Amino acid sequence: MCGIIGLLIKKPALRSELGRWMTPMLIGMTERGPDSAGLAVFSDPLNDEHARKISVYSGLTALGAGFNWHALVAALEKQQGSAVTLQTKDNHAIITVTGDPVQAQHFIKAYDPLLHLLSLGRSIDLYKDIGMPAVVAQRYDFAHMSGSHVVGHTRMATESAVTPDRAHPFTAGQDFCMVHNGSLSNPYQIRRMLEPRGIKFDTDNDTESACRFIEWRMREGDDLKTALETGFDELDGFYTLLMGTENQLALIRDPFACKPAVIAETDDYVAIASEFRSLAHLPDIDHAYVFEPAPQEMYIWKA
Amino acid sequence: MEGLNFDLRQQSVRELNQFLHSDAGKASSGTIEVHHPDGAHSIAAGLNAPLKVVVHGHAGYYAAGMNMHADITIEGSAGTGVAENMMSGRVHVKGFASNSAGASAHGGLLVIEGNAALRCGISLKGGNIVVGGSVGSFSAFMAQAGRMVVCGDAGDGLGDSLYEAVLYVKGSIKSLGADAQLEPMGAQDLQIVTDLLAQAGMSQHRASDFKRVASKRELYHWNADANQEY
Repeated sequence: MCGIIGLLIKKPALRSELGRWMTPMLIGMTERGPDSAGLAVFSDPLNDEHARKISVYSGLTALGAGFNWHALVAALEKQQGSAVTLQTKDNHAIITVTGDPVQAQHFIKAYDPLLHLLSLGRSIDLYKDIGMPAVVAQRYDFAHMSGSHVVGHTRMATESAVTPDRAHPFTAGQDFCMVHNGSLSNPYQIRRMLEPRGIKFDTDNDTESACRFIEWRMREGDDLKTALETGFDELDGFYTLLMGTENQLALIRDPFACKPAVIAETDDYVAIASEFRSLAHLPDIDHAYVFEPAPQEMYIWKA
Repeated sequence: MEGLNFDLRQQSVRELNQFLHSDAGKASSGTIEVHHPDGAHSIAAGLNAPLKVVVHGHAGYYAAGMNMHADITIEGSAGTGVAENMMSGRVHVKGFASNSAGASAHGGLLVIEGNAALRCGISLKGGNIVVGGSVGSFSAFMAQAGRMVVCGDAGDGLGDSLYEAVLYVKGSIKSLGADAQLEPMGAQDLQIVTDLLAQAGMSQHRASDFKRVASKRELYHWNADANQEY
């Protein structure tokens, strides 16, 4: 079992409500996933088209939340030869670079191999950690986040260990993330297909293989829809998958609808959760269009 | 006693259900109104008295499960397993129902005004189900007794491995499951469908527009010559 939530704010003026609306959604899925929680929040892309945000997790390093980010940033600035900005919260930092972002990632990883790279992109910030969803939400102040859309997850681990890096969402490439409720039966088959193409994996988690597979298809030129169609052919097992890109939210369920999802839509938002329990508090929910997404259908919303 | 109100934002589902199971609860004669269900699980499960319960909103999993005698209306949608293993009484969902609605119901009537998702009426054991919308794939899988009336369409594998339950579908059937077959509607079928539609408040549909699906009865006995091809 796991819990999934997604929220897309339709009116730009309401983007400041994102955190306030989605945090109870995430906490509402605690019974489905009490061991870890996480989310990816998407906001307007950075103005500078060369700038990239890197979310980094320090909870596995010796100093944890006390990690010396400033020393890292000073060293990274020297390597990049350009200004690097830093925003920290507990075990988490958003490091913004204007130089080569892949080189920056390699540098961070070499600086302390126990740092975990969470995401890369112009609009994505990603937070995840072990612990009850309410604790994780408090730790990273989810309630005050703003943005256009969010992809969140509460985890009850079945396919790999309970560690921060195996919590959801998973990312691949830039401005792309995935959360998963279910279990895949062919994650190693997918890995064996991707690894010879030079695609590296961070964990042994089944969702990571689905995430990297879809991102690889899009990098090969598929649009999200085509990539998901290929996903229906290649991914075997039980799944409700929710994905976020810079400007889209996408949902699919396996043909047997083994894992749940319910959607509520109003003029202000599209909200997705594993169960209605996580939607009941949303504004004007009594007048929302509430429905269950059909199996093997694609649902894609534009931010 | 006049009508009673429960507000699940103030009271727990356990308080509600303990009352409904108690001697005092069983003796109540008015309608028991449940407000702000907010998708909570197991609302009004395990009732065993001719109570009238109205749930004002969306119910979570296993709402009205194992019902005996009670008449339970859900004004919104119902999550997985609504009225599962119902023994008698009536459960009426005004919205849609998620997977496995009416699973293994032994008796009573389950009415779903909207669509029912996959595996509706799986292992039905004698209950009746009327669905105003469509049913998802693998509905009535291994259904043993009882009837299912579908006013919309049916998904893949309808009635797979059916025993003696009979299914009536007005719309299209994407595919029939193993050992399920279309059969002509007889006078008795017309009467059954007319009665069930009337009980469900869906008499706008005409029984003569429905198709009958029942078991070919070829899976009843092991057939060594079938070479595992069914």
